[in-house]
Amino acid sequence: MLQEIPTSLYFALSAALFTIGAIGVITRRNAIIVFMCIELMLNGANLAFIAAGSMLGSIDGMVFVFFIMTVAAAEAAIGLAIFVLIFRQKGTINVDEINLLKG
Amino acid sequence: MMDVGAIDIAFRWVVFSVSGLVAVLASLMMVTRRNPIHSALWLIVAFFSLAVIYLTLHAQFIAVAQVMVYAGAIMMLIIFVIMLIQLEIESTRKGRITGGKVIGAFITVILFLEIGAVLFSFPGGAGKASGISATEMGSVASVGIALYGKYLFPFEIASILLLVGLVGAVVLARRRQE
Repeated sequence: MLQEIPTSLYFALSAALFTIGAIGVITRRNAIIVFMCIELMLNGANLAFIAAGSMLGSIDGMVFVFFIMTVAAAEAAIGLAIFVLIFRQKGTINVDEINLLKG
Repeated sequence: MMDVGAIDIAFRWVVFSVSGLVAVLASLMMVTRRNPIHSALWLIVAFFSLAVIYLTLHAQFIAVAQVMVYAGAIMMLIIFVIMLIQLEIESTRKGRITGGKVIGAFITVILFLEIGAVLFSFPGGAGKASGISATEMGSVASVGIALYGKYLFPFEIASILLLVGLVGAVVLARRRQE
């Protein structure tokens, strides 16, 4: 007889997604792919919120995910505009070559 | 003969396992592809399977929002920018896997183990904080009531944030006339 899916499995999946995203952020050098990996990390966090909210019988988890999505949308608009700007100035968006702020 | 509840639970296990595997595989593909467009398409696959996982948690509203906001709006923006910027495909030059990257990935795996240790030592236990039944908890009605009741002020701030993001993106991307 199968039991309900334990919440810890959802947490494990969310941790796996977060880790894959973090590995991508560390190892990839293309700014847009780094950005997509950050979106994946946000999604891992979202899944943890939804699973915890479902486990606790609370709606707050979903509201938090809603706000995270709002922030992610705003972040995508601003971040990609900045990438376009950097590409116009330097002709590349390789994060190793964007070192304007390096003293 | 299995009763309806058992079939329901078995079905949810199948859906969860399949979409969880697809999510992990798609995100692995996303991290490893060299062509940014391929990465973006794999990320869309991961977002869709996450939406299915949200459905197994009775979060219908979030599942639809996931498809519309992430798979729709954000990924469309990203793909537009990838097409706008002529990205050089990361070359397979020698020494691409440097020591720093290996150390970074290793530390990230340690991070994963730490997250797992914390989560599995978490005692858990179900509470009934809202008194809403699990099936109707994620419906648009109950999320809307929470958004326009308890979270009205953060909701308004979120709309201002989106407005700032919109204006900021337009101002940043505009060509300076000098």
